[in-house]
Amino acid sequence: MTPDTTAVACTGLSYSFGDTKAVDGLDLTVGEGEVFGLLGPNGAGKTTAIRCITTLLPVPAGMVRVFDHDTGRDRMAVRRLLGYVPQQLSADSGLTGRENVALFARVFDVPRRERAERVAQALEAVDLADAADRLAGTYSGGMVRRLELAQALVSAPRLLILDEPTIGLDPIARTSVWDQINAVREATGMTVLVTTHYMDEADQHCHRVGLMHRGRIRALGTPTELRRGLAERQGTDTLPTLEDVFRDVAGSGLDEQSGGFRDVRSTRRTANRVG
Amino acid sequence: MSEAPAAPRTASAEHTGAASLLLTPPKPRSGWRLLPARVLAMCAVELQKLRHDRTELYTRAIQPALWLLIFGQTFTRIKAIPTGGIPYIDYLAPGIIAQSAMFIAIFYGIQIIWERDAGILNKLLVTPTPRSALITGKAFAAGVKSLIQAVVVIVIAAILGVALTWNPLKLLGVGLAVVLASAFFSCLSMSIAGIVLSRDRLMGIGQAITMPLFFGSNALYPVAIMPGWLQAVSKANPLSYQVDALRGLLLGTPAHLALDFGVLAVAAALGITAASSLLGRLAR
Repeated sequence: MTPDTTAVACTGLSYSFGDTKAVDGLDLTVGEGEVFGLLGPNGAGKTTAIRCITTLLPVPAGMVRVFDHDTGRDRMAVRRLLGYVPQQLSADSGLTGRENVALFARVFDVPRRERAERVAQALEAVDLADAADRLAGTYSGGMVRRLELAQALVSAPRLLILDEPTIGLDPIARTSVWDQINAVREATGMTVLVTTHYMDEADQHCHRVGLMHRGRIRALGTPTELRRGLAERQGTDTLPTLEDVFRDVAGSGLDEQSGGFRDVRSTRRTANRVG
Repeated sequence: MSEAPAAPRTASAEHTGAASLLLTPPKPRSGWRLLPARVLAMCAVELQKLRHDRTELYTRAIQPALWLLIFGQTFTRIKAIPTGGIPYIDYLAPGIIAQSAMFIAIFYGIQIIWERDAGILNKLLVTPTPRSALITGKAFAAGVKSLIQAVVVIVIAAILGVALTWNPLKLLGVGLAVVLASAFFSCLSMSIAGIVLSRDRLMGIGQAITMPLFFGSNALYPVAIMPGWLQAVSKANPLSYQVDALRGLLLGTPAHLALDFGVLAVAAALGITAASSLLGRLAR
């Protein structure tokens, strides 16, 4: 693997829902092996950008490339490289943990002879081996997140995309989910693209972050670079937090724009299900 | 940034050795082998769910049992419906099998809307599964569910003394007719789901169309006694062809099997096409 291989490249990515420009000229490059955090408040366009990259929303050719495959032209090739964990708790509560993972082994064409073993390894990798034969409906929020991680890992993706993986989880479960993500990344060398609005998590776990506001990246760099940059601009000695950086680049008007009704409702729904 | 996959491990070092399979992506299935694999995957999920929770299987057996018991027994005595010389309850049984299978399939779209809301659908759409393969898989999964329901109703009918065939070939044909018709009705439901996008609206429409589909077919009475306009409706109603095939196979009444299976297969194919092209609206 060459260090400068590009995992994701968006050039001038735009997507509108009717008159609302959710993503408005997004330029973004994620290198292979990187943990890249896309940050921003509800409604900044993070989820829409993710949905364009995952081929869920149709984009014209030339806007998004995933490992040299154009998402507008070569969807199936892109999908084979992806592991995707959406914002909602998306494990099927009517199936056991093992069955949930087996479904994804099947739809990624894992041959029957290695299916059971691969599913067991994926469950093992997220510490769910003991709970594997319980219905996912009986899992806690953190366990469901880890199960979803196992579902994504079973196909050995090169790019793992996580949309708000720790939303609504308690601090202990959040740490545990991040520990699993980091462990898996270290073991496999896969690229991780994650969205979050928890700035502290991004600061701690992401190599580079892009601060997104109103459909565009407003600041890009390592968390330390961004915080130092702000300290220099303000001429202060104490290092500001990522949240301060965000306030600085987003300027005023942050509060009125913190997500539409639908975003908030979907966030609350996820939070409710996490319990 | 550590690039090396073999970097020294801390917390879960024990997994690194075991997780060897998780480092190599599976070899893609190509061409024609993809569709049957996806259909099998969806059917497996449906069966697993039924195994964990059989409540639906039991509660859904009540209504067809009551149709046969109350409606069937009574109308057998009245002898008001020309059945071509067989007891009315025998005549009714294939109609009720078809109806109970249709009831399952026609509300299948609710499940896909639930899966959309839960994020399950989005996750499946990001797998190497073309939309048409996903819908075909769902359609046959609905078929499997209906098939189990059909077995239950056939057993109930047999207990009530309906003289059904036990010829395995004919029963296989019954299974095929049930699966094809359910594939069509579930695709009809998923197409409506793709248009109305909400569970409540789909419930309303589902209930509004089941009644005319059922009564506008030959499930309860021969088409010949219907007024002309309703006969036309019945001719365009796949349920009529399903019932005709089931009656012919189970009771040995005169049937148009080639036409019946032809219509059911074409209807299923059209349904899959329509539902696949509307699936994108649900993913948005």
